[in-house]
Amino acid sequence: MNYRKGLRDGLPIALGYLSVSFAFGIQATMAGLSPLQAVLISFFNVTSAGQLAGLQLMVGGAGLAEMALTQLTINLRYALMSLSLSQKLDNTMTTPHRLLLSFCNTDEVFVVASQQKGKVGKGYLYGLTNGPFAGWVLGTALGALAGGLLPAAVTDALGIAIYGMFIAIVLPPFRHSQEVRVVVLVAVAMSCVMTLVPLFGFISDGFRIILCAIVASALGAWLMPQPVREEAIEEGEALE
Amino acid sequence: MMEWTSFWKYLLVMAGVTYLIRMLPLAAIRGRVRSRFLQSFLYYVPYAVLGAMTFPAVFGSTGNLWSAVAGTAAALALGWFGKGLLTVAAVACGVAFLVGLV
Repeated sequence: MNYRKGLRDGLPIALGYLSVSFAFGIQATMAGLSPLQAVLISFFNVTSAGQLAGLQLMVGGAGLAEMALTQLTINLRYALMSLSLSQKLDNTMTTPHRLLLSFCNTDEVFVVASQQKGKVGKGYLYGLTNGPFAGWVLGTALGALAGGLLPAAVTDALGIAIYGMFIAIVLPPFRHSQEVRVVVLVAVAMSCVMTLVPLFGFISDGFRIILCAIVASALGAWLMPQPVREEAIEEGEALE
Repeated sequence: MMEWTSFWKYLLVMAGVTYLIRMLPLAAIRGRVRSRFLQSFLYYVPYAVLGAMTFPAVFGSTGNLWSAVAGTAAALALGWFGKGLLTVAAVACGVAFLVGLV
């Protein structure tokens, strides 16, 4: 039952990924990779911004150290998300499942998982990640093989799918909680300033997201601390 | 065509770094964070991440500012009233598509 709920919650992510990875498939083959190589990248990375940057480095013949550093910068936000998600896992999430499921801890999966009431377990998380993973790999294959066939008006419009999903996730808590409202507005304002003001042009997209998330969340935690949650005290093995 | 030997090296580094970043915190952290500050911080992180990822990037997501603005407005209106993720995403795409045709 949890698995099925996860699958259902993951469906809009899967559809959004289908369109985003479709675009990646087209870009990868246009840059000179074979369709199989494009699919392998998506299969083993499952991340949009990191793959796009990685593709550019590969094609440009960059060094492996530069590749590693670029991925670290762009994808460091996942460490923050995994840290946050670690607080929501129930005891079905034993080490093997943690090792496997962390592979698919994308921005969208993380956000949907953190919106669940109470803890989440392996059933729900496998359901939640299966669809998006399949969509991500399938979309890449379709884009790499048949990218030229869809009219541009359709592929362009699909680009907003993922953001529509983000907006749908954040608006209900945004509407009902003033604290969330303040944190979101601070993050949005910072992100807009850092994107639009040329002075901050040297900050990569991935790093911008980390900075905005850390500053806005720290500000929120400092000025509007949440009540301490009970399960934090009940469980013995606490982290100081 | 990308040569396979160098492709595998790149892929290994890329995928390895990305996986470690995701896996280490999940595998290592078993206890509960007790500090009220940290708990609150982690509670706010998803919302802040979402806000920073959506704006202003959404306005460039369709390759046409006006179709993106229209799609965003539709998503904001439906999201405000708590419509489901799939509904909001689909309507945003539909509106962006129609405005893009104009």
